[in-house]
Amino acid sequence: MSLLEQSVTWLAIGRAQDIPPLEGRSVQVGERRVAVFRLPDGWAAIDHVCPHAGGPLADGMVSDACVTCPLHAQRFSLITGERQDGAGPGVRVHAVRERDGVLELRVL
Amino acid sequence: MLVIGGGIAGQAVCEQLDGHACAITLVCGEPHLPYDRVNLGRLLKGAEPANVEDLLLRPATWYADRGIEVHLETWIEQLDPERRLATTHSGTEIPFDYAVLCTGSTALVPPLANVAAPGVHVFRDPGDCAEILAAAQTADRAAVIGGGLLGLEAAHAIASRGVPTTVVHLMDRLMERQLDPDAAALLAPAMEELGVEVLLERRTQGLLVNPDGHVGGLAFADGGRLDADLVVVAIGIRPHVDLARASGLAVNRGVVVDDRLISSHPRVLAVGECAEHRGVVHGIVAPIREQAAVAAATISGHSAAYAGSIPSAKLKVMGVELFAAGEPDADHAVALRNAETGAYRKLVIRDGRVTGAILMGDTRGADLLLDRIRTRAPVEDPLALLAEASQASAEDLPDSAQVCNCNGVCKGTIVAAIRAGGLGSTQEVVAVTRAGAGCGSCKPVVSELLAIERGGAGEEPAYLCPCRKLTREQVAGRVRADGLESVSEIAQACGAGRDCGACKPGLAYLVSEICGNRHREERHARFINDRVHANIQNDGTFSVVPRMRGGVTSADELRRIADVVDKYEIPMVKVTGGQRIDLLGVPKEQLPAIWEELGMPSGHAYAKAVRTVKTCVGTDFCRFGLGNSIALGIELETAMEGLYTPHKVKSAVTGCPRNCAEAYVKDIGLVAVEGGWEIYVGGAAGSTVRKGDRLTTVASPEAAKRVALAFLQHYRESAEYLERTYTYIERVGIDAVRAAVLGEGQAELIERYGIAKAAADPDPWRERHHPATPKQFEELDTEAMLVGPPAGAAR
Repeated sequence: MSLLEQSVTWLAIGRAQDIPPLEGRSVQVGERRVAVFRLPDGWAAIDHVCPHAGGPLADGMVSDACVTCPLHAQRFSLITGERQDGAGPGVRVHAVRERDGVLELRVL
Repeated sequence: MLVIGGGIAGQAVCEQLDGHACAITLVCGEPHLPYDRVNLGRLLKGAEPANVEDLLLRPATWYADRGIEVHLETWIEQLDPERRLATTHSGTEIPFDYAVLCTGSTALVPPLANVAAPGVHVFRDPGDCAEILAAAQTADRAAVIGGGLLGLEAAHAIASRGVPTTVVHLMDRLMERQLDPDAAALLAPAMEELGVEVLLERRTQGLLVNPDGHVGGLAFADGGRLDADLVVVAIGIRPHVDLARASGLAVNRGVVVDDRLISSHPRVLAVGECAEHRGVVHGIVAPIREQAAVAAATISGHSAAYAGSIPSAKLKVMGVELFAAGEPDADHAVALRNAETGAYRKLVIRDGRVTGAILMGDTRGADLLLDRIRTRAPVEDPLALLAEASQASAEDLPDSAQVCNCNGVCKGTIVAAIRAGGLGSTQEVVAVTRAGAGCGSCKPVVSELLAIERGGAGEEPAYLCPCRKLTREQVAGRVRADGLESVSEIAQACGAGRDCGACKPGLAYLVSEICGNRHREERHARFINDRVHANIQNDGTFSVVPRMRGGVTSADELRRIADVVDKYEIPMVKVTGGQRIDLLGVPKEQLPAIWEELGMPSGHAYAKAVRTVKTCVGTDFCRFGLGNSIALGIELETAMEGLYTPHKVKSAVTGCPRNCAEAYVKDIGLVAVEGGWEIYVGGAAGSTVRKGDRLTTVASPEAAKRVALAFLQHYRESAEYLERTYTYIERVGIDAVRAAVLGEGQAELIERYGIAKAAADPDPWRERHHPATPKQFEELDTEAMLVGPPAGAAR
């Protein structure tokens, strides 16, 4: 990704109340689909598309700090984006925060 | 150390050098880390593992942890042993002290006419598998040239996808290098039984092409021909020797090496399928391990010698048990043939020692015989040895006996690992020793060794939460003792489900079962299928299967289904194996509206739950029907639907023993017989095929339903999560199940079933009116066509 594609400002992407605890929902940001998750102690955002076979990561099973793709159970860290078994590429991690009930995203 | 080639050989050399103080650079031509080529056939079968990543011999972290520098998609173009420099295709120079050539081989392709035509494939790497699989989708007839091990495995894989397949072999018998004529004569009909036609003594002269250029068949030297629009060439290997030749090394068929695995230059070694040792190029896995060990010793300055390998092979074709080792024939041999079972067991003797064995149809004792061949043990009475092999248990094997031929693991290593690590399950032993991590055919021996070490004690139970090493019993104990009602409360109490989250659906089932479905439901603990009540597909869309009890529908329902298909442009409508109609390719956002317009309840086809009850037409219309299977099937389905289970439960009710509804191979199957009903449990017709055990026979349909429900509840309470009825029954034994279901406890089982059923949600599709979570069927930036509360609803 070139520097130009990186958003320098925070984008409002939706309402925090629309993502239940330990679940994810996806959102389109430019050409990229991003999955946003509500964790026990905050938020996480990674690329939505699983690099293994294109599975929807926002539909994955979420634990304290990782998500498991619903298609073939590839597991990714929600902190670093790394694939946990190290056997393949990881996903990009983005910055996400909540302001007055609004979720804001910065694509990194 | 420079290891050139990322195949099994390159990996084996890295493993053997692990622990020696040397820096290793591994250069791989393929875009993958070293993977398990032996199991490529599994990719071809299209089953799990579905991806080459799942076949990796070691994860990326393994290389990183050892400081092994890996270059993927890199080829060495030139090796200068004098200057100790290797040059890559991009011009980069890599210095080395020793280089090990592990360049492997390619498929040998004969110079036939049209051999490069579309539709002609070799069977060598994951790309080949993907292409063959794709071609098999549309092929009408397939031909495999080559009746060796690989050719037979490829042919079986294609035939099992429903494509008529013929193996064409040049010689007068299959696998002529491993088998004698007698065994080969048994193998051919066994393959034909699996749907693979065998043509022997056919020299393929060329390939025929259609006017569009696509392959159309084979032309034989005798003038005959064979139609085929998919052709696989599997006649052998051609060692990769271009680099060796370009570098001035001595090359014959392969890179010529001595007993230390050193090539014609003292700084260059060769291991695996590219190496030629004493005139032999080995094309199977076991010798590679042995060569890699010798090469590593040579490099680290120890003296070691490779004296050749005993070739051994196991055919990995389901339904054909075949093991062959050493030479297939000699002047002195003994063979036993069991006319009843068709089994054939043979020992080849030379100079008073066993030099070969063929076991067909009954491969008991294969490890013991292989060990006798390897150790060149003298044998006085070959018949007695064959008899001993039939009785042999893992206990009789010497410590030096190689149990896992794929990864070269001896019995002694396995036993030591079990003792040192206090290992308690086969799964753990495989993970630690890698025995059984290859083709998996030695796993029963690994389990046997574990059982011996554990003094007959059963394996440690599977952990419900492997991260926290908590069994189902342990978690259930906490739930009962502390009155826990949700997955979060379990996580808080013992940590289960917090680390990787994989066990959360199991925890959710457990807490719901213990609480009689009066638990606190948390959707984050459910797989996506159970959050949106539809089955996720490979493109992220979903499939919709409405409930049609007993497989019975009506004109009105069919009309509504047709209207929904038209309106929502549903790309695929499919009749399922369970007598239901499946609407495939539905986006998540359309689910609520589609359910509303269908006006039918959920068929639970996406859940670990009671799925379908199939029925035949029974006494209503059938001339042969003995019992009213439709009525009982609908009644049974109504009684069971909505209940979640440790794994899916498929059922059938059939009106006579002709078994048109396939009740013998269901988790629960009821069969009408003269004067009553038989109840079968633990049947399967999926990846495992098993005829169910007859639990009992009863006089009335009411009694049959009662036994079926008692069994269902017993399974719900007692099986491990994700354990099908057939694995459960094989684990605990049918007698234990009979005692629980037919004994005094039956009334209590039925009572607890009733409690769970009363609190179960019979139709989760009603969540279209009251979503369980915000945006249950939506993304942050999408809107579902939501359906308001039903007319007149109180809420």
